[in-house]
Amino acid sequence: MSSDWPLWEVFVRSKGGLSHRHVGSVHAPDGELALAHARDTYTRRMEGVSLWVVPSAEIVASDPDQAGELFEPAASKIYRHPTFYDIPDEVKHI
Amino acid sequence: MASLPPIDVPRGVTGAGSFDAPSASEADSARIDYLLRLGDDALVLGQRLSEWCGHGPVLEVDISLANLALDLVGQATLLLNEAGDGDRLAFHRDVLDFRNCLLVEQPNGDFAQTIARHLLYSTWQHMLLQRLQQSSDQFLREFAHKAVKEVAYHRELAREWTIRLGDGTEESSRRMAEGLDWNWRFIPELFEVDDNLQALIERGIAPDPNAFEAEYRSQIGAVLLEAQLEPPADQRPILGGRRGHHSEHLGHLLAIMQFLPRTYPDATW
Repeated sequence: MSSDWPLWEVFVRSKGGLSHRHVGSVHAPDGELALAHARDTYTRRMEGVSLWVVPSAEIVASDPDQAGELFEPAASKIYRHPTFYDIPDEVKHI
Repeated sequence: MASLPPIDVPRGVTGAGSFDAPSASEADSARIDYLLRLGDDALVLGQRLSEWCGHGPVLEVDISLANLALDLVGQATLLLNEAGDGDRLAFHRDVLDFRNCLLVEQPNGDFAQTIARHLLYSTWQHMLLQRLQQSSDQFLREFAHKAVKEVAYHRELAREWTIRLGDGTEESSRRMAEGLDWNWRFIPELFEVDDNLQALIERGIAPDPNAFEAEYRSQIGAVLLEAQLEPPADQRPILGGRRGHHSEHLGHLLAIMQFLPRTYPDATW
């Protein structure tokens, strides 16, 4: 059963030049079949040009209990945002 | 493989469906017959695989098998529409008029038996399509160019699963061996060349399957070796699908597949 198989996180690059983006997860006995399952589950409507799969157990995640000390201090530091510059109209992607 | 004894099919044997296969007297009936062979292979195997939908051993495999089925039904649509009215050919022909090989109509059995059937068929289909890309027939050339990429993936998936099941647990290995045993006797039919096919080979329309039988045997052998499986002993070959002599399994498959359009001929949805 799939519950016996490890979980893999799936990342899809939707086109050249863009980054891989997390789209979901699949169960699979190993990396090759995880790629096959990811291909069949997440790219069947032409969503991607490249796939990564990563064992979910290998991901080191931040602790939600620490969210306060990790993220809240950034909220009061507006000087870190580049909002005090005038951006020329010709510059589109910033 | 040595040449195989022909099967005597009584003349005039044909089903009584509202659309019968084109008769041999029509112009270029050999080409139509070839389109039906390839199209019926894809249609019947696609229908077989779709029987797994909702019943796969795990959700991911369920989706994998449904994807293979969709690819094959897409191929069947192209081929049967080139042969005539695709919908009528698929849904209003009787079993004796189907020209698929016997391998593709074999029952799914367990997952291992399905994978064994798919390994044996998709490896053959991929070799055929590679060569069909050089056909003198423009439609077949373009069809092969599109389908060969789909089938390369089918073959790869069947190969990966054969290796994992064969080289897995005692139970998965036993089931994989039994699945191969069931399907093995239908291999020789894939390499049979009858008069119709011979004529197309001479015109450069169809590849000669005998040209790649040795390569086929060695590719399958390499997969089985990696899967730690013994190739089954060659059994008495069973032929006849290309002439409409099918196993009992095809009639049941068609009964389910054709029920709706035959019961409600003008139904739309």
